[in-house]
Amino acid sequence: MKKTAGMTGLFHDPDTVLSAATEIRRAGYRQFDFHTPYPLHGLDDAMGVKRTVLPWIAFGTGLLGTLAATLLQWWTGAVDYPLIIGGKPFFAFEPSIPIMFELTVLFCAIGTVIGMFALNGLPRWYSKWQNDPHFLRTTDDAFMVTVDSEDAMYDAGKTRTLLESLGAEQVREVEYED
Amino acid sequence: MESGGTLAVNPDEIREPLFEGKPKPHDVTETISNVVEGKPTKLWYATLTLTSMLAGWGIITILYTVYTGIGVWGNNQPVAWAWAITNFVFWIGIGHAGTLISAILFLFRQRWRTAINRAAEAMTIFAVICALIFPVIHTGRPWVAIYWLLPLPNQMEMWVNFRSPLLWDVFAVSTYFAVSAMFWYVGLVPDLATLRNRAKNVFIKYIWTFLSLGWTGANRHWHRYEKAYLILAGISTPLVLSVHTIVSFDFAVSILPGWHSTIFPPYFVAGAIFSGFAMVLTLMILARKLLNLEQFITIKHIENMNKVLMATGLMVGYAYGIEFFIAWYSGSPYERFVFINRAFGAYGWAYWTMVTCNVLIPQLFWFKNIRRNLAITWVISIFVNIGMWFERFVIIASSLHRDFLPSSWGYFSPTWVDISIFAGTIGLFLTLFLLFAKNIPVLAMSEVKGILPGSQPSHSHH
Repeated sequence: MKKTAGMTGLFHDPDTVLSAATEIRRAGYRQFDFHTPYPLHGLDDAMGVKRTVLPWIAFGTGLLGTLAATLLQWWTGAVDYPLIIGGKPFFAFEPSIPIMFELTVLFCAIGTVIGMFALNGLPRWYSKWQNDPHFLRTTDDAFMVTVDSEDAMYDAGKTRTLLESLGAEQVREVEYED
Repeated sequence: MESGGTLAVNPDEIREPLFEGKPKPHDVTETISNVVEGKPTKLWYATLTLTSMLAGWGIITILYTVYTGIGVWGNNQPVAWAWAITNFVFWIGIGHAGTLISAILFLFRQRWRTAINRAAEAMTIFAVICALIFPVIHTGRPWVAIYWLLPLPNQMEMWVNFRSPLLWDVFAVSTYFAVSAMFWYVGLVPDLATLRNRAKNVFIKYIWTFLSLGWTGANRHWHRYEKAYLILAGISTPLVLSVHTIVSFDFAVSILPGWHSTIFPPYFVAGAIFSGFAMVLTLMILARKLLNLEQFITIKHIENMNKVLMATGLMVGYAYGIEFFIAWYSGSPYERFVFINRAFGAYGWAYWTMVTCNVLIPQLFWFKNIRRNLAITWVISIFVNIGMWFERFVIIASSLHRDFLPSSWGYFSPTWVDISIFAGTIGLFLTLFLLFAKNIPVLAMSEVKGILPGSQPSHSHH
């Protein structure tokens, strides 16, 4: 069944994108986005994107790595099979630091990458905007605004007028196969 | 200039531009994607044939080693493992430029990194693969090496020794490999999406769709993406420094004169960056020529890398000098002997090769004309590669071949198997790089587009 994805339009000038983002948000829209070939500075503020929780995920997984390294070295060296090597203590803080550091970095990196893709809802095989020819331009050189049809403010006529007044070109409604 | 005394010039216009001409985002997409989508040249096929034959020969000699045993190598007492450790440390060092360019220069907001970071990161991954071959095959029984290297209990229920720098190395290098690979892949995702959207062939489109994970370039995604990239850069920066620091601990924690030195960690890190940048230059000067990337990899990029090469070259030169000073100042006769022997003993030829290639020749970069000359830079970068290989060889062989007991003194010479395996890793490295340069965007397209003139909002309304 075909469903309406929402309204799209094309921009070419980064400054226009920024002012359009501010205006769309001011008009009360929340479920809208800009698809860009590279990140535009200042667009997050203009769109009112909240800070991501990703740093906390990175911090948590990093801490988990430190903990895992400490437990691993303590348990194998001092509990499970204590061995005297060069008269050194079974477990000490100082020689454990390199492994603690490495596992902190490793866990943190894995957590950051998986966390980032998961928060973005990736990987996925399709996007509901992908049938729009505008979509192909957004990984090349143009900026595409997308207003989701599920937004409470969405109204085919009014949204189109708004986008066109903000400088969007080739504004159209996009459908997708559900 | 205006009469009022203010400078009516935009600082960005005084600075040398990072790109030749005025490329638009679409030009970047076209130039880089065409490399991937087009047919490879005959020269590419010819080079690939040569390098893969070399790699194949390396694999055959590795199999020969495993079949007959490590006795076919030139190892002896007191010089055990000279060749394998030299090659391991050499390749790990090569791998340092990639993450340094990506992470440290990213944090320092050095925008010139975008033209070279992708290739340098790929180089890192390939170099670490080459490096990892040596610790695995030097065990002679690579299929059980996993029990000796990783924290798994053996048949006696014993664990690996976490108090040994050799095990720290296992963790440091494998973490470095994993994090570099993730960093590289995350950076690739938006460019793979570009290729996906351009693909005409259905089968190829499937591959790019799969690899690009459904990237759409939505700004809410970019927001998290940029944060993730920043975090990865932030944790990779100390990681780069830690890897070669820990490699140096393998030596510095021992009691052998010539190895037992506190300057080793910073000295090894500087040397690694030095050799890594030399290899980036060697490969990128060729790649920009063969793939027609002159517009994006300009003389300014080459000059900046030459400046890094010079700074780190001076650092290793300083380390060579301070080692001699400490050998004298320590008052230890063994230490003093090792260093006099290093310069004037049986391995003196290797020592002076190292000093010539690493300290003397890079001094030519004081001249701006030479820093900006592609041919001379390329030749110097190869000298540095050679010199840095000899640095590791000198540290290992010259310290070991004269140990505490004159009765056990010896001399290490490589066998044909030693040389073949090392040549094979060079072949493998170049083969992987050629495959990369043809099949994956060699420049980070989305990052280059983001720093083109006029690509960002001007913020004039603020």
